[in-house]
Amino acid sequence: MSSFSSKTTVSDLPAEPLSGNNPNSSKVPAPLFHRVVIVLIDALREDFVFGSKGQQYMPYTQHLVERGSSHSFVAKARPPTVTMPRIKALTTGSIPGFVDVVMNLNSPVLLEDNLLWQAKAAGKRIIFYGDDTWVRLFPKHFMEYDGTTSFFVSDYTEVDKNVTRHLDSTLNRDDWDILILHYLGLDHIGHLSGPHSSLIGPKLLEMDDILKKIHSSLTSREMEGSLPNLLVLCGDHGMSETGSHGGSSDPEINTPLVLISSAFKRKVDMEKPGTVAQVDVLPTLALALGLPISRNSVGCLIQPVFEHTSLRDQLRFLHLNSFQLNCLLKDSTPNFQKEEGYDQFHLAEKSHANWMKLYLEGNTSEVLSNLGRKLLRQYLGALKAMSSTLSKQLGKYDMYSMIVGMVLVLQVLLVLILAMPEALSHPAEVEIPLYSSLLSLPFYMLWLLCCSIHVLVCTSAESSCYLCNLSWGLVLAAITTISAMLCVLLSMAGRKLASGAKTGTKNTNGSGFSELDMLLLTGTAGNVISLGSSSFVEEEHQTWYFLINTLCLAIFQDVCRKYFRERKNYSDDSSYLVSKEDLPVLLSPISGQGSQKWLALSTPLLTLACCRLLRSLNQTGVQWAHLPDMSHWLNSWEHKAELSVLSAASLVLIFFLVQKRCSLVSKIALALGLLGVYSYRAAVGNVLFPWQLASRDISKGTVEARFVYIFVLGILFTGSKDLLRSQVITADSWLKCRGLWEVYSGIVLLCAILLRPHNLPVLACSLLIQTAMAQYIWKELQYDAAQTSIIHYWFGQAFFYFQGNSNNIATVDISAGFVGLESYVAIPAIFLTAFSTYSGPLLWACHLVCYLSSAQDSRHPASLGHGCYCFALLRSIPTVVYIILVTALRYHLFIWSVFSPKLLYEAMHTLVATVVCIFFTAMDQNHIAQS
Amino acid sequence: MRDVEINIKGMVSAHTIIAFSIFIATLMPHFFVENYSVYGTHLAWLYSVSGSVAVVNITIFWLLGISPPTKKHTLSYKVSRLVKSCLHFVASCLFFHLVLVLYGATLLEAPLETFSLAVLLSCFTTLRCLCALGPNVQAWIRVFSRDGAMSIWDTCLQITTAGTLIGTWLGAFPIPLDWDRPWQAWPISCSLGATFGFLMGLLVAPGWIYWHRKQLTYKCK
Ligand SMILES: [Zn+2]
Ligand SMILES: [Zn+2]
Repeated sequence: MSSFSSKTTVSDLPAEPLSGNNPNSSKVPAPLFHRVVIVLIDALREDFVFGSKGQQYMPYTQHLVERGSSHSFVAKARPPTVTMPRIKALTTGSIPGFVDVVMNLNSPVLLEDNLLWQAKAAGKRIIFYGDDTWVRLFPKHFMEYDGTTSFFVSDYTEVDKNVTRHLDSTLNRDDWDILILHYLGLDHIGHLSGPHSSLIGPKLLEMDDILKKIHSSLTSREMEGSLPNLLVLCGDHGMSETGSHGGSSDPEINTPLVLISSAFKRKVDMEKPGTVAQVDVLPTLALALGLPISRNSVGCLIQPVFEHTSLRDQLRFLHLNSFQLNCLLKDSTPNFQKEEGYDQFHLAEKSHANWMKLYLEGNTSEVLSNLGRKLLRQYLGALKAMSSTLSKQLGKYDMYSMIVGMVLVLQVLLVLILAMPEALSHPAEVEIPLYSSLLSLPFYMLWLLCCSIHVLVCTSAESSCYLCNLSWGLVLAAITTISAMLCVLLSMAGRKLASGAKTGTKNTNGSGFSELDMLLLTGTAGNVISLGSSSFVEEEHQTWYFLINTLCLAIFQDVCRKYFRERKNYSDDSSYLVSKEDLPVLLSPISGQGSQKWLALSTPLLTLACCRLLRSLNQTGVQWAHLPDMSHWLNSWEHKAELSVLSAASLVLIFFLVQKRCSLVSKIALALGLLGVYSYRAAVGNVLFPWQLASRDISKGTVEARFVYIFVLGILFTGSKDLLRSQVITADSWLKCRGLWEVYSGIVLLCAILLRPHNLPVLACSLLIQTAMAQYIWKELQYDAAQTSIIHYWFGQAFFYFQGNSNNIATVDISAGFVGLESYVAIPAIFLTAFSTYSGPLLWACHLVCYLSSAQDSRHPASLGHGCYCFALLRSIPTVVYIILVTALRYHLFIWSVFSPKLLYEAMHTLVATVVCIFFTAMDQNHIAQS
Repeated sequence: MRDVEINIKGMVSAHTIIAFSIFIATLMPHFFVENYSVYGTHLAWLYSVSGSVAVVNITIFWLLGISPPTKKHTLSYKVSRLVKSCLHFVASCLFFHLVLVLYGATLLEAPLETFSLAVLLSCFTTLRCLCALGPNVQAWIRVFSRDGAMSIWDTCLQITTAGTLIGTWLGAFPIPLDWDRPWQAWPISCSLGATFGFLMGLLVAPGWIYWHRKQLTYKCK
């Protein structure tokens, strides 16, 4: 859209349209209200005010809505329904992009034209109490402020007391014009225990009391002759049935909007609140305060609010609003003349001028008012049309930068794919002809070509793309990378063709694919293709559950085939007549010991059972997210004992599964660490201590969590010490294995502290499956490195969803970022949150490293290299295909609500996978050094 | 070789009859069930198809005499075989039900739908095995292991079973889509997928066997 920092000023406002020669036009419309109090209650759902909950817990508000002089609406928020973008929408009237979600954690100063800036420029004095996001967005706008941090989700009383304590003194003062209050408690209750929690009622009662206090103070201080005051009650977003927000479901986007002022007509009967957009609040407030509408606002004013003013004023307001939208339309749409709203606006402007002429001539007939009302409808139509065109548009895409990025990732993927035969060969060494291509002539030609294209694109038109705004050094680096990669690709392809011509079609050595290979390939390909459909992105967990189920059945069939192979001499007709006595003989294993066989047979079944149980632990996705699941059952107050037993059992199981390959020191550290995990959860109040059944004070558990962190660091330290010793000094593979396992157990311990207690079974089950599979399946059935890598990757994906994640931002468990921290510290919080979110894929990837390095012997010297290669390929194919898909689908209806969050997840996952691959390569170093 | 070709002809006619019986079973309930439609009264369609496929299969295998020869012809032996077959069939229904639950079918909600699908799958797969091989698990394992087929009927069993299972598997894909179509309800898309896969199997099996008749050297016959 138009440039960010420019702001509308009073002098930009259009004059009242006139066709005659009567220069009687007011520049600025007079404000309608004296003082405005905006009460923003975070996560206030529409039914908390207008529904049965409102009737029960907000009696005063309900009374005002039904019988008071008020206007009430349901304001629809746009996804992403996260606080910061919503505050932006309320104050700028624009529709923020998805980047704002990421910025939500670290909100920078808002430079766009906004209501507060306009109010300050007009000399209004603003006071703010509440969420400190506002303070960060508008650092110099408030005469007085007190920000409270929104990061301690478990605190829902202090945050609101901090706001309310200023209220009495402020309401008694006369030195302010706008008061903004942002209450966070309700949102925190939602995150803690959902919209049906018993804590919601008292909180709503508290809010109702506050509204009553403000309203009575405002009305009592209204003086005869002065302008009336306005009280606005709104929510920034709603709350889903699970209590979170961020998505686009109805309870998340529907928020109440109640405007209360003595200026409005008193209502006689309860009416159903009408529906408006959240962005409509801005033009309404701006015009009501006599301020210019912010430049990028796409909203249209809420007409009922202006009903009590004269027809001339109403038309004036509508004219101002449509003029502003028309300017924005001109700025942002290339062929704006074709838009429906444009013509409507110009027609309305013309008839407005005629109407004004008649009006100023002193005509007061019925005809004039009828004409005026017709004009009103005309303006409203134009407003609606322009507003909807603008909101659909959602900004332009910077195609040039997108294409450059796409070319880069495609090149990386092609290099990976071209390197496949070498990477999966016996020595697993890939030679990338980087230096030779850097010194070749085509490289320089390409480089010059790319540079000239860049200059051409950036100088042509007034395109304001990201790449053109970058410094030249970075752009040159990107151009160099692109051309070098292209040369590398060409030379690799040429080499491949040459060697292909020499050896002929020798490499098709017809070993064929087994059913398992077919399944692994079709499953991976199918998942990648399914990402093009928004439903499959929303329900991606279903894909993975389905795939690993099929995988387990395929493995089961493989195991059966190994242990129940029919005898070779089994070919005569008598086989048809096998009687019952023969059966045990026939069913007896051909190889392997009895117990081994049964354990191998039961492993896939155990995995299947585990997966089925974990699947019902957390309902994720969109369509079935509302169904009851075990985590809700466990997290309710009355099942605290069950939750405690379950998490304690999981911790014990984790200990027994992990300890067997650790050194003694690590064993003790692990045991103490897991004990610390339990006491941390007890301190936070999630679980019960067996000897302390009486409820006690809930603390932040900082001491306990830090105690666990110390053990995590200790285990990681001993592990890396072993690793370093094995890498540098002795090249002892046993020591290396133990070191790797210790690093792995450190990661497990960190996961245990970060995961919520009801998710501890996920961790325990993943360890159980890993142990059983490694012991009885992968080694016994001689799956090669590629197969095990794919299986690990699939399980990693499935466990990502088992722990309750989805492709929706709302399911990220931010509370993990505060484990063991007194206050919000950006870097550790982001690291811990990312770690706990991706703990599933990460654990499986780490297990893959441990497994492959323990399997790495003389027979499979390059298995680590193969595993690393497969892992990189498995991660890059979906990412690259998804980037291309999203670019192609950029005008899709769900691009912001479904596809871009998934892109964010993919990017983050790729980052995690990169770290894992670097670790892989480091572990593989000594193999390369040896060979 | 001649022998195989004659057998294939028999298989083609048998498969035509089975396919035809499925179509009849789809149409017949119109006369008995009110407001019948494949989506609306899905279970009626499901039972009708399962029943007709079961009856037609048993009749065909009995008439063609493909069922394994029995040692004794005493009544008690036949009865015990029958009982055993029934038990196998029930066990297979339970097995399919379990697998469907593992795939994510709800355990407590709609158990009847899940079980009906399991019955349909058993009719398409287990029942044919029972008819062709008898209640003999060992022979089943032989047929379904690699290179275990010893007659064209074994190969046919492999193909139709694989077709049914793959059809069911693929039939689950439309369920998560948000199209809100009637056939997305559980278990309609899966049972339609299974039927379609079974029909494809019936269609493909004779052709495939004919095509590969030179490679398929069965050890007996
Ligand atoms: Zn919020
Ligand atoms: Zn929130």
